[in-house]
Amino acid sequence: MDVISSILFVAGYEGLIFGLVAIGVYITFRVLGFPDLGVDATFPLGGATAAVFIVNGANPFLATLFAFMAGLLAGIITGLLNTKLRISALLSGILMMVGLYSVNLRIMGGANIPLIRSITSFDIFAAFTGLTGMPLSITLAGLTALIIFVALNWFLRTEVGLALRASGDNEKMLRGLGVDTDKNILIGCSLSNGLVALAGALVAQNQGFCDVGMGIGIIVMALAAIIIGEGLFGNPKGITTILLACFVGTFAYRLFITLALRLGLPPGDLKLITSVLVVVALGIPYLRKRLRREWIPPASRM
Amino acid sequence: MNTAAGQNILTLKDIRKVFFAGTVDEVTALNGIDLEVADQDFVTVIGSNGAGKSTLLNIVAGVFPPERGGKVVIKGDDVTRLEEYKHATHVARVWQEPEVGTSRNLTIEENMSLAILRGQPRTIKKAINKKRRDLFREALSQIGLGLEDRLTAQVGTLSGGQRQALSLVMATISKPTILLLDEHIATLDPRTAQTVMDLTEMIVSRDKMSTLMVTHNMEMALKYGKRLVMMHKGRIILDIGENRKKNLKITDLIAAFETAAGEEFTDDNVLLSC
Ligand SMILES: Nc1ncnc2c1ncn2[C@@H]1O[C@H](COP(=O)(O)OP(=O)(O)OP(=O)(O)O)[C@@H](O)[C@H]1O
Ligand SMILES: [Mg+2]
Repeated sequence: MDVISSILFVAGYEGLIFGLVAIGVYITFRVLGFPDLGVDATFPLGGATAAVFIVNGANPFLATLFAFMAGLLAGIITGLLNTKLRISALLSGILMMVGLYSVNLRIMGGANIPLIRSITSFDIFAAFTGLTGMPLSITLAGLTALIIFVALNWFLRTEVGLALRASGDNEKMLRGLGVDTDKNILIGCSLSNGLVALAGALVAQNQGFCDVGMGIGIIVMALAAIIIGEGLFGNPKGITTILLACFVGTFAYRLFITLALRLGLPPGDLKLITSVLVVVALGIPYLRKRLRREWIPPASRM
Repeated sequence: MNTAAGQNILTLKDIRKVFFAGTVDEVTALNGIDLEVADQDFVTVIGSNGAGKSTLLNIVAGVFPPERGGKVVIKGDDVTRLEEYKHATHVARVWQEPEVGTSRNLTIEENMSLAILRGQPRTIKKAINKKRRDLFREALSQIGLGLEDRLTAQVGTLSGGQRQALSLVMATISKPTILLLDEHIATLDPRTAQTVMDLTEMIVSRDKMSTLMVTHNMEMALKYGKRLVMMHKGRIILDIGENRKKNLKITDLIAAFETAAGEEFTDDNVLLSC
């Protein structure tokens, strides 16, 4: 396989899998206005849950489903901290992130679980389709992404989904219209963390191990991907475009990272690249306006 | 449950509300309010800054409960200690700021479909369908702002007046038991304010809606509604019914205020303009 297509394959796979994380983070940060930093720990929670079930002989697809459910549950707890105990959203997420680290270690019984000798979802899917290597990874990731895309594209247009979408913007109106806004937060946080855990479960199975530190910095990656996606799609508002923007943004972000690594930059530089990408994605629309001498609203601090 | 015109739709008994109780900042916003609103009544509520008008509406809407001992009954249901969102079955509101009544990031039809489900359980059925869209178009065409042709426009792109008119339609489309308006035209420019007020009058009389309308403007309080209530320092000091209200003038109001409140009327007490 030549270099270019291998780079595209890697970024394509990562765009699909981490696109799920980006959608999860989009739901909390943008839809709910609930900056949930807990996903740094729900990602390995998903990996750990799936890994433990798999090494104990469970069906790997079932194990992945359990990982998704573990994420749903973690999200509910984050939401409860905020809605029932009135702990700020930011702190609720941080507390979950810190607390779940220990939980993940307990689940795994150590810092790392190898899955190399176990049968994962990818192995079963390979036997079923005859695919191997990158095409295999991309197909399974793509199938999962497609299912989630279709499901969310439907759910966010339902009566419940629509109430969810007004949440970050106007809870006062929602309560006035009879929507239980606390329940909204629980649904949204749950869904978000479920998606992140699902991605963690698949990543662990694909790379052949689960590591307790595999989620570190994932929130920053997801935010960078969202911002790039929004930049590319020009601040989308419709549900379909938003979901697409999450995948495309993640793909673009991973493409840059993969390219940077191929160009021989040390992995230590990746953090700086991420920051620069976000600055560029956020800054370009404004710089373009400035060049055209358009009016720019005052800087906001939110 | 059906109620005939004239029957009580809202009963407030001994409503008191104290903020920051026990601190130096203690404020008694409501100090023993008793009020009964008949079905299909249109009550204008007037009073000086800090008189407690918004607090009163907040109690009816369930934003916070009154102090112990108070009671809020709407259409026979004791809703005193129910959560705010559960009040929505009965109560609909239009706020002073157009931003509060609508969701910026959703389209007009999406906002409307949130509104028609007031007080009903939300399901995982599609929020918007052909039947609902026709209903929205019909409701919006009656306010004559052309919003019915812009169902898929983002609400954030509408003007303040258009958003407030939309809030009004959203508040009334599901026929609430009682409509609360809290200075809902105060932030609009005079012409738009008049348009939205005309719409309010049209909808309230068309749907025979029981309404509480807070206003700062004495002229408005006299011109609209069947009954006028004046508040001062957390109490109702004046309550004028339909027959007397018809011939009431601003000077009468001022005189009545001075007698009831036992203090001289200054422009700060009750503003004459919006
Ligand atoms: N949520 C709150 N927390 C603390 N104090 C409040 C709150 N709401 C109202 N108050 C206080 O209660 C008193 C009555 O306020 P309220 O807003 O009901 O007056 P109002 O009649 O609506 O006045 P205005 O005409 O200025 O809108 C004021 O002193 C106000 O500062
Ligand atoms: Mg007020």
